[in-house]
Amino acid sequence: MRYLTDRKRAVGKGASGTGTEHHWWMSASAVALAFMIPTWLYIVGTTLGMPQQAVIATFAQPFPAILTALVVIVGMRHFAKGTEIWIEDYARGTTAKALKIAMHSLAYIIMATVLYALGKMVFIGLLLGANG
Amino acid sequence: MAEAKPVERPLSPHLQIYRPQMTSMSSILTRITGNGIIVGVLLLVWWLLAAVTSPDYFDFVNAIATSWFGDLVFTLSLLGVWYHYLAGIRHLIWDSAKMMDIKTAEMLGWICVIGSVVLTALTLIIIHL
Repeated sequence: MRYLTDRKRAVGKGASGTGTEHHWWMSASAVALAFMIPTWLYIVGTTLGMPQQAVIATFAQPFPAILTALVVIVGMRHFAKGTEIWIEDYARGTTAKALKIAMHSLAYIIMATVLYALGKMVFIGLLLGANG
Repeated sequence: MAEAKPVERPLSPHLQIYRPQMTSMSSILTRITGNGIIVGVLLLVWWLLAAVTSPDYFDFVNAIATSWFGDLVFTLSLLGVWYHYLAGIRHLIWDSAKMMDIKTAEMLGWICVIGSVVLTALTLIIIHL
């Protein structure tokens, strides 16, 4: 006699292995990005092409700095988890694992680089503010 | 009684035998744009990092980011962002089990294609004002 319920034996046996968790996470982060992207595109679009000091001054301000940090954190997690979808379609086994690790790594490198740049811009902004 | 030999089942129809349809093409474009905009992100991140590295290095990267090549990468990325944006909203609508009949689904596909071009043009106009 099996003591496991039908439900318990079925859990984790689907194609994803984790139920609808991935799909729900992508939907939730998509909504967050949908609210942030239009304003962020405007900030980046108007700053691109400016002299270096103006670029630093823009991203040293609280709103552009916080919004850019949020967009890169949520956006890069959305990207990394999004790449899993095509990887699962076109690759199997070790290749799929390696590709997923590579894509997640790329996303985290981009995230850390942007946060570093933002932090340094805020710091430079503080120094300039103290002098001016 | 059931035969002992295995049943000859039909193979799953392969993607390549289908005539291109609005619904399938707009779905594939969602994947291409979602992954493709990483190119624009990489150029933008390089430019941000250069801004906090040195004036000379910023001039070097800024020249690339604002050249015809940079304009091309950023414009295509913008188009990709807007397409992915609209296609994502389409998926959120479909997830609520609405607008799933073929006619409406095809119309939503055209909205994504035409809408992304319109929104890209609008964005370029607004940021250059």
